[in-house]
Amino acid sequence: MSTHQVESTPQVHTKHAVHIVPVPVYLGVFFALVIGTIATWQIALIDLGRWNAVVALTIAVTKATLVVLFFMHVKYSPKLTKLVVVAGIFWLLILLSITECDLLTRTWMGVPGR
Amino acid sequence: MASHATALRHHFENPDQQQEASSLGMWVFLLTEIMFFGGMFMAYLAYRQAYPESFAAGSAKLNVTLGMANTLVLIGSSLTMALAVRSAAAGKSNKVIVVFLILTLFLGSVFLGIKAKEYHDKWIHHEVPGANFHPDEWPKGVDMSHASLYFGLYFGMTGLHATHMVVGVGLLLFLIIKAGRGAYSPAWHTPVEMVGLYWHFVDIVWIFLFPLLYLIDPNFGRQ
Repeated sequence: MSTHQVESTPQVHTKHAVHIVPVPVYLGVFFALVIGTIATWQIALIDLGRWNAVVALTIAVTKATLVVLFFMHVKYSPKLTKLVVVAGIFWLLILLSITECDLLTRTWMGVPGR
Repeated sequence: MASHATALRHHFENPDQQQEASSLGMWVFLLTEIMFFGGMFMAYLAYRQAYPESFAAGSAKLNVTLGMANTLVLIGSSLTMALAVRSAAAGKSNKVIVVFLILTLFLGSVFLGIKAKEYHDKWIHHEVPGANFHPDEWPKGVDMSHASLYFGLYFGMTGLHATHMVVGVGLLLFLIIKAGRGAYSPAWHTPVEMVGLYWHFVDIVWIFLFPLLYLIDPNFGRQ
């Protein structure tokens, strides 16, 4: 943790602890995303029944996680940023799953309207 | 230089704190965007569950080759954007930043061009929901009226995504002009970093849209 004096010239601050990600890491993530895209396409051509959707979404979530961690620097971000990101995604999952609970159970009881 | 005045605002203790505050604020904005798109994804899920056959038949009408190409183009643009942000943070000359930003702008424009071609194809094949909705060679026994729901969601979701891309193109033009004047340094390149976050977010939305819209069952109705 630094306790810089407030300076007006930007040059004095160049030593602060921003993490510079090496270029090969970005290239590695890029190739992983390309491979994931090709895999998604090829697997969609095979009939796996309901597992097609599961595989496609698993690959998509993996790709999104790579982008968030490396391209969007969340891996190198402070804990506060990490918490906000995880909490936001968790909240989306709550909204999606509660809506699904309604949709999937509506037909269970023979009530009018459905 | 413009960076002189904007380097460190007095209400922040140091540049790290200033940088973290900006990133946090941008992430909160992106989470509202996730909720925005989340509503459309929920609508898609609900109707795909209700009419799986109509959705599969509608999805089989999309051009997977163009969708694949667009996915790869967008991933490539995310790489060049990440490299632009890295160049700014690592203290490379603003000319290097401009090169990476122009590459990102180019790839983003290619994406929008391919998208326009796809929309045009849908238009001439009567696959746009409305009075003239009548796709050719529709598989027998599959309800066509529910497929217009699929195409409605297709245009709604890709249209909202493309709108975000257009906004991103505008932001990139702004950055290119500023970086062209040498505005960014390792101490202050917050706009580059924030537009980077935005651009990657738009990429993530497409990562989900591609399998959900294009690849429900590419062989449907062709066996």
